[in-house]
Amino acid sequence: MVASVPRPEVARIVSTRPKISIRAVWMTFPAKDRSAQDVHVLEDINLDVREGEFICLVGPSGCGKSTLLNIAGGFLTATEGEMRVDDRPVSGPDPKRIFIFQENGVFPWMTVEENVAFGVKRSNERERQELTRHYIEMVGLTGFDRAYPQELSGGMKQRVEIARALAAEPDVLFMDEPFGALDYLTRLRLRHELTQIWQRERRTVLFVTHDVEEAVQLADRVVVMGKRPSRIRAILPVPAARPRDLDDPGCRELRDEIFGIMGLDHHGQRIAGAAAG
Amino acid sequence: MKSRLEPVLLPLAVAVLFVLGWHFAVKWTGSDIFPTPEMVVTGTVELARKGVLLKYVVASLFRVSTGYLLAVFLGIPLGLLMGWFGRARLAFNPAIQVLRPISPIAWIPIAILWFGVSDLAPIFLIFLASLFPITTAAMAAVQNIQLVYIRAARNFGITGLALFKKVVLPAALPQILTGLRLALGVAWLVVVAAEMIAVNSGLGYLIIDARNAGKRYDLVVAGMVLIGLIGLALDFLVRRMENLDQVRWGLSRN
Repeated sequence: MVASVPRPEVARIVSTRPKISIRAVWMTFPAKDRSAQDVHVLEDINLDVREGEFICLVGPSGCGKSTLLNIAGGFLTATEGEMRVDDRPVSGPDPKRIFIFQENGVFPWMTVEENVAFGVKRSNERERQELTRHYIEMVGLTGFDRAYPQELSGGMKQRVEIARALAAEPDVLFMDEPFGALDYLTRLRLRHELTQIWQRERRTVLFVTHDVEEAVQLADRVVVMGKRPSRIRAILPVPAARPRDLDDPGCRELRDEIFGIMGLDHHGQRIAGAAAG
Repeated sequence: MKSRLEPVLLPLAVAVLFVLGWHFAVKWTGSDIFPTPEMVVTGTVELARKGVLLKYVVASLFRVSTGYLLAVFLGIPLGLLMGWFGRARLAFNPAIQVLRPISPIAWIPIAILWFGVSDLAPIFLIFLASLFPITTAAMAAVQNIQLVYIRAARNFGITGLALFKKVVLPAALPQILTGLRLALGVAWLVVVAAEMIAVNSGLGYLIIDARNAGKRYDLVVAGMVLIGLIGLALDFLVRRMENLDQVRWGLSRN
């Protein structure tokens, strides 16, 4: 059993106000030199994310879903439009909204324990230790407290990063293909664990992936994005209860529907007459 | 044959062959100036008896450590600043890159002009010799830090001096350490050269003095052997630091 850690009680008032509000966001990267052209990445993105909701952004590689996540995280500024969290414009990264990187941002010069403690914002030493221990346990790394990241597998390192992010007690997690660099089995396991953690913690999650099945397994709603310059092509709720079985007909249908929107049938063949993804 | 003794036995065999070859080469050529290994050993013992051996080793080590530490305390902060602030790099880097290829030996006349025949001249030369590799390594180390670490730290609200202390410095440390090791090697090379000219103590002085005052080549070679052994010991010490968990992640030989 995981020890309960005192957490400031968030008023669970059902609010009509979205947690994250993306309004008419456009993003263009200026040309690197005169011979090149400006790169239009995002066109008129609109999305509201409710508090505690798990949103997956799917789309082909290079479509700009990571760019959108970076704008939401405060690491990039949109060319046009508004990105608001808690009804306030995003002006930069904030410890209340933690970003989890695909390339793993765990500090290799710190132990697992030190990495997770790095996220903790509390100043009371006993609480710090308690929170650190709590989240190390939650991601299943108890016993590896004193290990350095280089001694861990890729999946374990990604767990450290998740624990560090949760230890900051953020409202929002931005996850940029966090399992993208892992082998298939590890990815399956971490998806399952992430679902459990999310069910326990109920943070708002914005999760970028190019893996449609991953999105169907994890999300409350799947946001399907098209090729660059990218628009939102569909927003699909996933009604199935968790834990989800991807062989469940409902999940399969949804997966095929998303593939269809992306211009593929479920064998990966391009659908005749389909709009270019 | 594959045993745990191999890493000891193989180099030992080479050393024995080398010493034997040296011994017989001197005997067969009938040289009366070039010493045999036994003469080098007796020469070393003689130096130790007279008390100059320890005195000279200490003098050399004192100069190296003083000049080197001065370079560490100036070079690391300077390099970190140049790595972090583009403007500092723009301002200082060209000057450093012009000064860097000038051999410290070329500075000897100027060192003597400024500091005379005193400890300060070799210390200054060692300082110069170590400063440029250390500064350059620290600068490159900061520039090579993976952006994801800086972004993660900023995300957790770490900025300013805390960012430097908790993230920039530790992230740069492995590459800085490589620079420190390189610089220590150079410093040890330079102290010998500096002592041959600018002072009258130390292992460099021992070599040049033994030759000038009576062609005592047994003492010349004794000095050389000591320089080699101490250099090896210094390198060993820095390598020990490279095995610390805090830096091992960033060093490619693991």
